[in-house]
Order: sequence, then structure tokens, then C-alpha cells
Amino acid sequence: MAIRQGLLALLSQGPRYGYQLRAEFEASTGATWPLNIGQVYTTLSRLERDGLVSPGEQDEQGRVVYSITEAGLAEMGRWFSTPVAQSDRPRDELVIKLALAVAAATDVRPIIQAQRTATMRTLQAFVQARRASTENPAQRLVLDSMIFQAEAEQRWLDHCEAVLTASPRPRMPAAAEHPNAEVPDTEVPDAGSPRG
Amino acid sequence: MTFEPVVRLADVTRTHGDGPQSVTALRGVSLDVGAGELVAVMGPSGAGKSTLLNLAGGLDLPTSGSVVVEGTPLASLRAGELAGLRRRHVGYVFQDLNLIPSLTALENVTLPRELDGIAFKNARREAMEVLTEVGLDEIADRFPEEISGGQRQRVAIARALVGERRLILADEPTGALDTPTGDDILQLLRTRCDAGAAALLVTHEPRYAAWADRVVFLRDGEIADSTEVPMGSAR
Repeated sequence: MAIRQGLLALLSQGPRYGYQLRAEFEASTGATWPLNIGQVYTTLSRLERDGLVSPGEQDEQGRVVYSITEAGLAEMGRWFSTPVAQSDRPRDELVIKLALAVAAATDVRPIIQAQRTATMRTLQAFVQARRASTENPAQRLVLDSMIFQAEAEQRWLDHCEAVLTASPRPRMPAAAEHPNAEVPDTEVPDAGSPRG
Repeated sequence: MTFEPVVRLADVTRTHGDGPQSVTALRGVSLDVGAGELVAVMGPSGAGKSTLLNLAGGLDLPTSGSVVVEGTPLASLRAGELAGLRRRHVGYVFQDLNLIPSLTALENVTLPRELDGIAFKNARREAMEVLTEVGLDEIADRFPEEISGGQRQRVAIARALVGERRLILADEPTGALDTPTGDDILQLLRTRCDAGAAALLVTHEPRYAAWADRVVFLRDGEIADSTEVPMGSAR
């Protein structure tokens, strides 16, 4: 969806070939969004159809340079000035897994610990990539975003552990022996929503 | 990784007090940090992070187990020798920076080398070199209250780095700094490690811990997990 606007943004810097657009798109997004060349040409032909770009003459190698039109610049301006909606994210398996583990009275701490170590390894890889990426400021900011997201997950895991340690939930068999000591239902839905 | 490690903790336990009221801050912890390694320690409050750091630097001694710094078991040293080893080999960066307010940045960094018995001129030259390394040569003559929080933290790091200190112990060195400034601090530590120092970093911020070669998670005084084991890709 944002490929259209992304290509327009690159073309606003001057006319480019399709293969250049692909390389620059990937470099700017830190390779988090690989494009195949087919997607680039499909998108360019739709942009052309909509009057947002115009192709130049074919050169001797059959390549075409694309330029952005006035309408294309206006479309790009609209994109940059419109905030991104907090769209429906795909359901997060980790959140659901932990919520259900709590609901099932499973010992959650090993799950948290294993996830924390795995997330930390991911974070280490991001930080390493960030340090290696000295040339391209766009790419660095994309990596920063990934670092912040992994960090948020890590903090949430710490939070889950602290909350569960502070109020240990009785095991099911124990609860069955003391019917009056049932755990209130409110604990469970809360566990699934912090990142919603 | 080169062994002998710069610091080795072997089965270290630290218990405060006696009898029923005793509290065990660290229980059977073993940890090596080799030259060139940056190891981060994470864990909830009270997990034993600061105790671990104090033991590694000889500011505290274990109830049982041993701490070996640069091949020297700390338990074998008399108090004066221990203080000498700490001064020569160990650099500390604490949460509260402990910069001396009546000394300039340069004087703060020069002080430990003067205490080492280095001639003032040489101590001053070394201090200036390390201040330049952390990018503070231009504010060397300012007092702590005249510089920003990030600059103060870098002075504290310069002070920890000056001389031949090969073991750097940092307790929340990024404090209340904003993230780009915090990243700069980690870059400094990382560069020193890449040049052969060993560093132990206590932090509660995952983004900074991720600069480390290895992240150790402490819980209730024990090592609960570490990123070390299946890391197939060596750096």
C-alpha cells in the first residue's frame, strides 16, 4: 500500500529507473521491506495510469526513466501530512500465549525467561546492524524503530514477571481444596491487553 | 576469547548478616569476563546486580567462592594491596557520578592517575588523551556543574578509563540520559572493549544491554539465564 507513496517520495528527488527505485527503497527501509522488481514495475504502471508519474523515452538498453508529475507531488504531500492510523495489527502470538498460560495456571516464569533471552538475542542483532549502518540515516532510523519495539516487548516481559511474582496465583489443585479462595476472573483478561 | 579472563567469579555467594535474619544477595554465581568482552547484567531490583559488580571490583568480598582479577585472587590480598589493585586495574562508573564538584573535568580525570603515583605532567597528559577520546577536550577546563548531564557522564567514563585499567565496571551508566546520548556512552564502552578491555555493565534498559557480547539475567541472586549458549554466530 505504501509502496506507491514510497516510490513517489524517491522520485521527488529526481527521475529514476525502476531498478534504482528498488535499490533505494530497500536501502532506505533497512531491507525490512524487500521489493521484487516486478512489484516496482507494476506499481509504476499504476502510478502512470493515475497520472502521478510519467515515463521518458526508452534508452538503447530498453530502460525507461520515470519522473514524478505535479499530481504525484501532491499525492506524496498528502501521504506525508496524514498520520498513520493505529491499524488492526495481527494478533500477537506472544501476548496470547502468556495470557493463556496464566489462564491455564501454567508456570509462566520459564516462558517469560525463554522469551526474554530470545528477544534479547534479536535485540543484540538489531543493535549490531545499527552500529554497522553508519552511512544511511534512513536505514538507521528504521533499525531504531525495530530496537524500540524489541525493547518494548522486553519491558512488557519484565512487567509480567514482576506482576506475577508480586501476586502468585494459586495452583489449580490448591484452589480446588479451598473453594472460597478462588482467583478473581479479572486477573486473566488484564494479562492480554497491555499492548493492545 | 582469551583466557585467562580479566575477572573470574567462581561459585560466589554473598550473605549479609548472620542467623535467621541473614540475606543472601548472591548465590553460587560463576562468571568470566575476558579481554575484549562486554557483558551486561540484567535483572529486577534486588536480584543482586550491584552486589555482583562490587564483588567483581573488590569493593566487597564474597562469603564463599573466589574472585580473581587479572590472575590475582582477591582473597589473598591485604587491604592495602587490594586497594592498589583496584586503583590500577579497575575503573568504576557509578549511577551517581561522584565527580568532585570543585575540580574541573580535566582535574577529575587526572586525579586517579596522580593517586597511582604518576608524575603530574604525565597524569595530566593521559587525562587529556582520554578526554579527547570521549570527545570532551573542549570542555576540559569546565566544572561539573557547567556541563550537561551527558558530558558529566562521559567525564566519569573518562575517569574510569584513564591509565591501564582493563576492567571497567559500570552501574547504570546511562542514568537519565536520552537515548542518543545513552547510545554514545555504550559506543564508548564498546570501543574500549574492542580495544581489549573487559567490561561488566549493569543496566535495566534492554537497548543498552543489547550492545553486550553476552547478557546475563540475574534473579534472586542466581544466574537465571544468559544469551551465551546457543549463539551459533560468533561475532
